[in-house]
Amino acid sequence: MTVRIGVVTFPGSLDDRDAQRAVRIAGAEPVALWHGSHDLEGVDALVLPGGFSYGDYLRAGAIAALSPIMAEVKDAAAKGMPILGICNGFQMLVEAHLLPGGLIRNDHQHFVRRDQKLTVENSDTAWTNTFRAGQEIVIPLKNGDGGYIADDATLDRLEGEGLVAFRYAGVNPNGSLRDIAGLTNEAGNVVGLMPHPEHSVEPGFGPDTAVAMRSGIDGLGFFASAVAAVARVAA
Amino acid sequence: MPTIVVDVMPKSELLDPQGKAVSGAFARLGVEGFADVRIGKRFELTVEGEVTDELLAEAKRVADEVLSNSVIEDVVGVEVVE
Repeated sequence: MTVRIGVVTFPGSLDDRDAQRAVRIAGAEPVALWHGSHDLEGVDALVLPGGFSYGDYLRAGAIAALSPIMAEVKDAAAKGMPILGICNGFQMLVEAHLLPGGLIRNDHQHFVRRDQKLTVENSDTAWTNTFRAGQEIVIPLKNGDGGYIADDATLDRLEGEGLVAFRYAGVNPNGSLRDIAGLTNEAGNVVGLMPHPEHSVEPGFGPDTAVAMRSGIDGLGFFASAVAAVARVAA
Repeated sequence: MPTIVVDVMPKSELLDPQGKAVSGAFARLGVEGFADVRIGKRFELTVEGEVTDELLAEAKRVADEVLSNSVIEDVVGVEVVE
């Protein structure tokens, strides 16, 4: 069985084709979906890609989170479909209340672009099951509105329930509270993060590693995890 | 035409990076006497005809559900300006 993973394109999405490519390299079939539709075309999993939907007007991801297809995305999330929000997609998941908290302007006000070290905190989700808890990975980060915030009670709950999926390691690039880079929901099917796994899936095009320039492919594990999660449900 | 003005501010307990940047500019310019600057948003909803109670209630609803994100922001005012 070929796993079919939908990638939703919104007005202002930038990384939808990169996400499709990552899905393909992970051995799944990418399915291009459109924000204005109400049809998920029977996909097994979903990616909300990065970019600047609606120019980040109102709040980053806010208007995209009100798109027609988001009704189906919310239904699918409730039914357990693996859904990954990357960067602007993470902002949409937060705005759609599929993940808690909010993302605001980086604390230093600058757009940041770097190869970012992360610690995988939760390896039991649909998008992290090929990693080990505590594993350090490096994938690109590029955002202006990446500061994760929530009130103390929410932050304590996230930590207590193991819902912090990724934490920034080495450097906190944007002022995110408690170094939070990504979250999972309680069921582990909905995951969002600011850094970009889809840009780190093919040797020659990823971050530098100790072995060779641009050889980093740590992002591939996200997509391989989703393929494994779908296969496990189907089995 | 009457206008309903909605004011939204970042929650007071949360960091406001934009306000902080303006505070920094004040310090560089030698502007004194202001302990803090916070930046919010003002929305002007133009109404055709009369502002009914229903319409004002609708404005409050969209202020809470669309114009603001209650996790990071507070709606600090919804008022009619003629």
